Amino acid sequence: MSEAAPAEIERVFRRECGRAVSVLVRMLGDIDLAEEAVQDAFTAASERWPAEGLPPSPAGWIIATARNRAIDRFRRESSRNERHAEAVRLYPIEAGASAEQTEDAVADDRLRLIFTCCHPALAPTAQVALTLRLLAGLTTGEIARAFLVPEATMAQRIVRAKGKIRDAGIPYRVPSENELADRVDAVLAVIYLLFNEGYTASSGAHLVRDELCAEAIRLGRLLVELLPNEPEPLGLLALMLLVESRRPARLDENGRMVRLADQNRALWKRDLVDEGQRLVRRCLRRNQPGVYQLQAAINAVHSDAASPVETDWPQILQLYDQLHAIAPGPVIALNRAVALAEVEGPRAALTIVDALALDRFHLWHAVRADLLRRLGRPSEATSAYGAAIGLCENDAERDFLSAQRQTLGAS
Amino acid sequence: MKQYLLSVYQPDGPPPDSQTLEKIMRDVRALREEMKAAGAWVFTAGLHPPSTATVVRVNGAKPMMTDGPFAEGKEHIGGFSIIRAADLDAALEWGARLARATTLPIEVRPIHEEREG
Repeated sequence: MSEAAPAEIERVFRRECGRAVSVLVRMLGDIDLAEEAVQDAFTAASERWPAEGLPPSPAGWIIATARNRAIDRFRRESSRNERHAEAVRLYPIEAGASAEQTEDAVADDRLRLIFTCCHPALAPTAQVALTLRLLAGLTTGEIARAFLVPEATMAQRIVRAKGKIRDAGIPYRVPSENELADRVDAVLAVIYLLFNEGYTASSGAHLVRDELCAEAIRLGRLLVELLPNEPEPLGLLALMLLVESRRPARLDENGRMVRLADQNRALWKRDLVDEGQRLVRRCLRRNQPGVYQLQAAINAVHSDAASPVETDWPQILQLYDQLHAIAPGPVIALNRAVALAEVEGPRAALTIVDALALDRFHLWHAVRADLLRRLGRPSEATSAYGAAIGLCENDAERDFLSAQRQTLGAS
Repeated sequence: MKQYLLSVYQPDGPPPDSQTLEKIMRDVRALREEMKAAGAWVFTAGLHPPSTATVVRVNGAKPMMTDGPFAEGKEHIGGFSIIRAADLDAALEWGARLARATTLPIEVRPIHEEREG
C-alpha cells in the first residue's frame, strides 16, 4: 500500500459514500445516524489513510468502520441505546459472506435508498436534494450552489425531508412488482431533472453545470446496474450519454450557445456517442418502447448524421409520432413540429405550432420565429424572437436568440 | 406498528344528493369493515359542519370564544379515522381507498409515538 493524498481520500469517499450510507441506513434504521457513522468513518480514514494508504476494499473498510463507530457511539451515549447497539451487532458484514454476496447486498441497499429518496410523498425538490446528498454524496453546500439557493434553505429542505421519512414512516424497501413501474418513473424523473438542471441551467450565467450532469449519469448507470430488466433506465442512460456527447460543441469560444445544426460534429465525444447508440440498439431489441427510450432513439438518429443535411428526418418524425402517441403533450408536439418542418416544410409545421397553447414557453416562440424566418416573414419573426427572449431565463440561450434576431435584421 | 390520522377534507355547503350520499356511506362502511378485518382500524368519527364549531383561546385568565372553525377556507375536516399501519405506504393505501370511497381528498398524517421508558 502506498500513501494516499487528502484529495485522493476525498475522491474515494465521495465515490463510496452512497454505498456506505445505504448499508448503514439498513443497519441502523435511521438516516441521520447512518450519515453520522459514515462521517465518523471519514474522519478515521483521514487520520489513517495518508500514512497507511488505501485499504484493498475502501468501501468495505468504510462500512465496517462506520458500523463499529455507530456501536461505540451507542455505548457511549448510555444504555438507553443498548437495544440499538444490539441491532447493529445482528448485522455482521464480513463474517462468512463472500465478497460477491456482500456486493449484492450493498446493491439492494442502494436500490432501497433510491426508492426512499424518490418517494412520491416527498416534494420533487426534496427528492432531488436527498438523492444528491445520500446517494451521490454531495454536501449540502454543493447542492445549494447547484440549485442556486442559499445553503440554509437547502439544509432546511433536507432536514425536513429526512424528518418526514422518519416520522411518517416512509419505508426503506424496493416497491412490490405491481407498483414498481410507477415508482421507477419517479426515480427516472429525478435523475433526468438533475441532468437537465446541469445541462441547461434554468437560470444563471452558466449554460452548463458539469458536475450535475456527471452525477446524473452516474446515478443512471447505477439504476441500470440495479434494475437490469427494466427498459426505461437503459433508455434514460442512453439519452443522457448522447446529449452529453455534444457538450464540447455546444458553446462557441465566446460561451455562446451553438444549436445542433451548427455544431462542429467532430467535437462530439465519440466514446459517449458509441455507448449511447449501443444502448439504444439494446432497447430496440427489447421492443418495449418508453418515453426515455424513444427520446434516446431520436438523439441516436441525430448522432448518426455526419452533417446536418444527412439527418434522417423522416425517421425522427416517425419516432416523434410514437413518442406523441404514448406521451401526448404540447411540448412533444412542438418538437415533432420541428421535425415535420424538415420533412414537409415550414408551412405545415407552423400550422401545427400555432395551434399549441404554449405561449408562456420561450421555445414555442423561438420555434415560431425560426419557421416565420424560413417562410420569408421577417417582421413577424422579429417579434416572435422578441417574445422568446423576454421569456427565456438562461443568459446563453438568450444571447443566442438575440443573435438570431439580429441576422434577421441584416438580411 | 405506527398510527396515522386520515382526515377527510369536505367542501363547505350542502351535502350531495341523497342517492350519492347513500352510496358514499355504503362504501365508507364497507371500507371500515375491511380495516377492522385487517386489524388496521382504531377509531372513526364524522363531524357536524364547521358552522357548529367554536374556537377557544386563553388570553390571560379569561377564555375567549370565536364562532366558527379555526381556519377560514372552502374546505374543512368533515371526519377522520385513526388507523394502524406498518409504514407510510400501507397508510397511503388505506388513504387512497378512503379517498375513493368518500370521493374527497384525504390527508394522511403520522401520529406521534409515545416514547417508551
